[in-house]
Amino acid sequence: MELLNKIIPNVMANTDRLFDSILATLQMTLWSGAVMFVLGLALGIVLTVTKDGGIMQQRVVYQILDKIINICRSVPFVIFIAILLPVTKAIMGTKIGVRGVIVPLVAASVPFFARQVETALANVGHGPVEAAQSMGKSPLSIIFTVYLRESIPSIARGTTITLINLIGLTAMAGYVGAGGLGDYAITWGYNYGHYDIIWVSVVLVILIVSIIQFIGNLIAKKNTH
Amino acid sequence: MNGGSGLIELKNVCKTYVTAGSELHAVNDVTLSISDGDIFGIIGFSGAGKSTLVRCINMLERPTSGRVLIDGKDITGFSAKELRAARKKIGMIFQHFNLMPSRTVLDNVVYALRGGGLSRAQMREKALKLLSLVEIADKADAYPSNLSGGQKQRVAIARALANDPKILLCDEATSALDPQTTRQILALLKKLNEDFGITIVLITHEMAAVKEICSRTAVMDHGNVIEHGETFSIFADPREKLTKDFIATTSNLKKIHTLLEENPAAVPLNDSDIVVKLTYTERSVSEPLISAVTQKFGVLLNIVFADVDIVQGAPIGGTVAVISGERERITEAVKYLTDKNVAVEVIKSGTAQ
Repeated sequence: MELLNKIIPNVMANTDRLFDSILATLQMTLWSGAVMFVLGLALGIVLTVTKDGGIMQQRVVYQILDKIINICRSVPFVIFIAILLPVTKAIMGTKIGVRGVIVPLVAASVPFFARQVETALANVGHGPVEAAQSMGKSPLSIIFTVYLRESIPSIARGTTITLINLIGLTAMAGYVGAGGLGDYAITWGYNYGHYDIIWVSVVLVILIVSIIQFIGNLIAKKNTH
Repeated sequence: MNGGSGLIELKNVCKTYVTAGSELHAVNDVTLSISDGDIFGIIGFSGAGKSTLVRCINMLERPTSGRVLIDGKDITGFSAKELRAARKKIGMIFQHFNLMPSRTVLDNVVYALRGGGLSRAQMREKALKLLSLVEIADKADAYPSNLSGGQKQRVAIARALANDPKILLCDEATSALDPQTTRQILALLKKLNEDFGITIVLITHEMAAVKEICSRTAVMDHGNVIEHGETFSIFADPREKLTKDFIATTSNLKKIHTLLEENPAAVPLNDSDIVVKLTYTERSVSEPLISAVTQKFGVLLNIVFADVDIVQGAPIGGTVAVISGERERITEAVKYLTDKNVAVEVIKSGTAQ
């Protein structure tokens, strides 16, 4: 304690603020990460099966989704927060705080993750899929037992990348008063010249990123034969 | 069966791909009948349409037009559900094996059995039995990445047999294997055909594979079947140039042409001598033709080269010999051989020099 008070005095002066920021970052990352995972996975699957030569080829569906994803990926996150304010209000009941930032975070990360999933599923290759078809497996069964099952390692890696991007985005959440470590570093560290707060924030973010990367690598490794 | 027709009947099957305004006729009006218990070879160069054709048999490729009858039923009119049920009775193996890398060897076979009403234990038991049948049971718990090509194909065969199919489609199944492994896999296929009466359709670009096990053969070129019939007849009496080219890939007889061109001194000829290639076109070569000719016509036959192979249990191939003697006697001898159904091709004549 003595030591911490000495090297990071401004952090220790208000530890509640630090813990709130960590909690906010984790809440934003995990909530939007969970929603992003489900939606992105679904979109990635739809993209894969509907494209030309896919097991449920639907040219129109693919073309529309493909374009929407490209457009969404081009929109900067700050713009997303602004233009999605009415949507956020409608879904979450508020435009601010952690709840207010989840909708834009999801909107910004889902298209990216859908592409990651699409790439992961493409790497399964046509061979095993065709083999399953020749055994009389249904398209739905092929999605789960071939596409998803065979791409667990690449989906784990894609999830890791997207989650880490997401943490980067949460730094901007201060814009709608959601707090988090990014906001903490700027508002209480940079603005006041309390550089220890910036350093602590950075170290904590590195720690969170490392843990996510570690888990992702572990899942990928366990499922590679 | 349907009035003596084949287990697999392809009737005027066409598959056309339309790309950027141009049409590609991958399969062009193919009509074939494959009987129950046959090992039917379809040979052609890559791009001939044979892989597309074989996929029309289990509807992995839906024909643009034409009918595909399996056991008398037109499967082109099947619903998705009926088709899935039909596919369980048509096993398929592939050039690149297409095993599931995340599953063990055993689970790859179990996977094919899922949804068939067996309990987990029954599926395991049946999978192990199939793995023993293809002699790979010792690798049951290995992952496909740890197997050699031949081992992977064995697993793929066990998997294809999981639902007791009547038909096994082999799409270039030995093309990624070395010659020795190819022979082992072909022997395994033949054994499955003999022991279980399973009908095999073998797609390949290797004439050697066809020669080894196929009872009937079709030759494909540019989407068309240009020649088909008993494998022996195809080998003994090929009509199309492409067929002859394919046969040449498995025979050493062509070498004599090269030898005669590059080194005429290797086969010295007198004025009236001729070099002939004698090939059997009938199954029976019981008569001692060469001795007979020598005695009957007073000519000498000097065998310089021979390549005889066994196809469908009958010898096939030929002999290159120098015939020397009087010109008239030689002509008579050649006529005699031709009458005995030996194809005689004069490769070189002494006077021509």
